[in-house]
Amino acid sequence: MTNLLKILLTEPFRLVVALLVIMSFVGLNAAYLVWVERKGAGRFQRRPGPTEVGYAGLLQPIVDALKLLSKQLILRDGVDATLFRLAPLVVMAPAMISLALVPFSEKLLGRDINIGLLLIFALGSVNVMAIMLSGWSSRNKYAIISAARVVSQNVAYEIPTLLVVITMILVTGSMDLNEIVRQQAGWFWKWNLFRWDVNPLAPVTFLVFYICMLAETNRAPFDMAEAESELVAGAYTEYSGMGFGVFFMAEYANILLGCSVATVLFLGGWQSPVGIWSGLFWFLAKLYFLVFSVIWIRWTFPRTQFYGLLNLSWKILIPVSLFTLILSSAMMKIFHGFHGV
Amino acid sequence: MKKALKEIATGFNSLVTGLRITMGQFFKPSVTVQYPHETLPFPARFRGHIELVRDAETGKAICFACKLCERACPSDCIVVEGAKLDGAKKKSVTEYKLDFTKCSLCGSCVEACRDGAIRYSRDYNLAGLNKEEYIMDLFARLQAEAQAAGVPPAQTEAIPHAASESISGAHSAPLQGAEPVKKDAP
Repeated sequence: MTNLLKILLTEPFRLVVALLVIMSFVGLNAAYLVWVERKGAGRFQRRPGPTEVGYAGLLQPIVDALKLLSKQLILRDGVDATLFRLAPLVVMAPAMISLALVPFSEKLLGRDINIGLLLIFALGSVNVMAIMLSGWSSRNKYAIISAARVVSQNVAYEIPTLLVVITMILVTGSMDLNEIVRQQAGWFWKWNLFRWDVNPLAPVTFLVFYICMLAETNRAPFDMAEAESELVAGAYTEYSGMGFGVFFMAEYANILLGCSVATVLFLGGWQSPVGIWSGLFWFLAKLYFLVFSVIWIRWTFPRTQFYGLLNLSWKILIPVSLFTLILSSAMMKIFHGFHGV
Repeated sequence: MKKALKEIATGFNSLVTGLRITMGQFFKPSVTVQYPHETLPFPARFRGHIELVRDAETGKAICFACKLCERACPSDCIVVEGAKLDGAKKKSVTEYKLDFTKCSLCGSCVEACRDGAIRYSRDYNLAGLNKEEYIMDLFARLQAEAQAAGVPPAQTEAIPHAASESISGAHSAPLQGAEPVKKDAP
């Protein structure tokens, strides 16, 4: 038994096991986050949400999944069949791989590499390409308009995200996610969210990152990819059955990933806010708090108009994130020496 | 610069206000009625389709087929027939048909009736598969009601078509008895 465990925990098996665990984690989360979303939407609108299938509608996600699995993936005339079939996989895979790099606790992570942050954001840009592929290959005007919007939106929001991430790399001096979390040990004021000494605007940085994360995952109020009321179902218009289901799962996988990265970068990852009993529990608590806030925001704000979306990015988020980058580098140079940390 | 900062501040403030309001709603009880499981309290003056009223003492129809309602009806959707039974002073109703496909629920018939022999029923679950289901035999409905209440159907032999099925026939009685079970009305 211990021998088997040893084999499983050495490369390359460790990565395979990690990916399997991540796949089941993402699948389960996607299913039950839909339930949480529907229940939450109900509560925010003062109705009970799903109640019929199972206790409090708890079996609803399973029934939905069965329904989607039993439906046919229709390929209509003129679609580029290869790209059309490939797009859901390409949107799902980067999120899975990225989650393998996230330290759920000090030891619980797929692979401990020292450029995890870089890899996550490199893979993150594949997401946009996949949505563009789905729009392009479906041969549908709504899908292609939506795909064009998604590209424009994601280009606009990639910039402030990366500026914020550069700021955080400057502050922590590391791209190793586990190392970043280790630096935030102790009470909650040690978290990067409260690193006033190097970045006086740290909470603002967090806010910018959070807004960009919402935009990158195409969540309301920035859900231009699937603008149901305007573009049928956006880039996913021509998808049926599990093809659509995978896009849906990928959306939740990306939310999980975005919230995980926010937790690691700003909220101390698996570190406990009171300095003792650090571990998986705290990571999940912070993660799901952020996920809940994403749902909360979705059911509070209406969808922004497209120019409002771009204005927010180019006129507010990019200047602010540039300013925080310059400010924190100046602070580090003046007070800490450049590699002081 | 100053203007832009002010705009950001007010915008952010309005977003936070929005979030606070939705979170306030989150913890309040839900206001919807889970319809098949719960229903709202019935309005006291609900006007469904008409029905015949039974005499509280004898348990038979009050109606004696004076046909005032038939004449009052602007849509011509009521057909009343009566017959004089052996030993009775007045006529009694033997047929009362309502064509609900034409009825506009104006209530002229109820107003026209001097003896309170018809009233509004409390049926609202009126789904049907064809038009014929809405030609309601209200006399048969009354008979079924009387039978359910334990009154012997004395006039059965006088009716040639008591068995005809309609929406407001025998199976609508339990619907009528459905009591409102919902808490606070909004």
